Amino acid sequence: MDMDFAGALSPANLKYMMHGLGVTLEVAVWSIVLSFLLANLIAVLRYARIPVLSQILFVFVEIVRNLPLLLIIFFMFFAVPDVLKINITPIQAAIAALTIFESAMISEIIRGGLNSIPKGQIEAGRSSGLTYVQTLRYIVLPQALRKMVPPLVSQFISLLKDTSLAIIISLEELLRTTQIVYSQKMSYVFPALIFAALVYFVINYSLSLVAGRLEKRFNV
Amino acid sequence: MIDFTILTDHFQEYMDGFLTTIESSALALLGCLILGTIIAVFRISPIKPLRWFGTAYVEFLRNIPVLITVFLFYAGGPVLHLNLSGFASGTIGLAVYTSAFVAEAIRAGINAVPKGQMEAGRSSGLSYIQTMRYIVLPQAFKIVIPPIGNQCINLIKNSATLGAVAGLDLMYQADIINSETFDVFSTYIFVGIFYLVLTIPLSLLFSYIERRLNRAY
Repeated sequence: MDMDFAGALSPANLKYMMHGLGVTLEVAVWSIVLSFLLANLIAVLRYARIPVLSQILFVFVEIVRNLPLLLIIFFMFFAVPDVLKINITPIQAAIAALTIFESAMISEIIRGGLNSIPKGQIEAGRSSGLTYVQTLRYIVLPQALRKMVPPLVSQFISLLKDTSLAIIISLEELLRTTQIVYSQKMSYVFPALIFAALVYFVINYSLSLVAGRLEKRFNV
Repeated sequence: MIDFTILTDHFQEYMDGFLTTIESSALALLGCLILGTIIAVFRISPIKPLRWFGTAYVEFLRNIPVLITVFLFYAGGPVLHLNLSGFASGTIGLAVYTSAFVAEAIRAGINAVPKGQMEAGRSSGLSYIQTMRYIVLPQAFKIVIPPIGNQCINLIKNSATLGAVAGLDLMYQADIINSETFDVFSTYIFVGIFYLVLTIPLSLLFSYIERRLNRAY
């Protein structure tokens, strides 16, 4: 097997790949924050069973969850600007697509957490004179959050891995910069891909260790 | 806004892509179930090096993007003087990647069966294999089915990565259709519908099976 680690991981190539990692992290952080906010909104609206709106959200979540993310990213970059006659950069398209996809996935985690809290808790809160929103805020959410932390962290890990799908819209994230590096020479293919895999692994594995620790602390 | 003549004019291309997506997913599913079972057995085996290998395999693959495994086969093939087509490297990459999740689901299922069940089986005079076959595995099966169903749907969705390596699947065919019609919106709306035709009935089927299995307890 022809492998040139020194050449593939030369300072210039490493610097370029680290630039890619920066873009990956930027996209991941933005998407995590935005999708978490949107997911909370979707989950609470569905949990409250607001007529019509909760049915519309159900259809939205089921459609988005069952589509390939790659297709959503592609669509967001090529089709949406085409129809709306707007300009969109690859990074904006990637963040928008990831936010839509992940908010559907995360809203299911939050809804599952909310549904796991016995109805008696709401009734007790309401009878103590709290409003519906106060009951959600002080009684239901704090209990539900504990159960949601482990699946949320694994969803965030998925999101970080999925940023690499933006390679199809040529966003210069870690996998795309790796691909550009290994396209220079056959002997760069394995060193560059193994290096990128290790970078993803180290970040995600650390995140999963944190999740494990939180899980123990919350005793779920 | 949606031009339905694209679907009728290019139905053949859509169907080619759709069937390739199904073929690739089915092959990768078969591969990941076999590979995942082997790795799960490694992870619960009494032999330490096998356990280490199983753990390393699962933890590594679970924490990297699916496209890396696909590229390892697609770009790595020629380095090893193996010429894998986009379809082959995509399918093998998908199978290897998903096998880590399958292995984890199977291991969790077997571990969820209380130890006392194994001990009871062994004390009743059954061999280790018999206890596994008649006592532990039937109980583990119920626990394993829902996560495997999830992985099956994830696998179909991940098969869109074949489009990134010229794998002749729906995403790839859509690219060809788009280059003729220039109507990217309509072209890809139909692609989405083709994926939903596959994934939504399967999601419903798996949640039905999950409910049935829960009732049996």
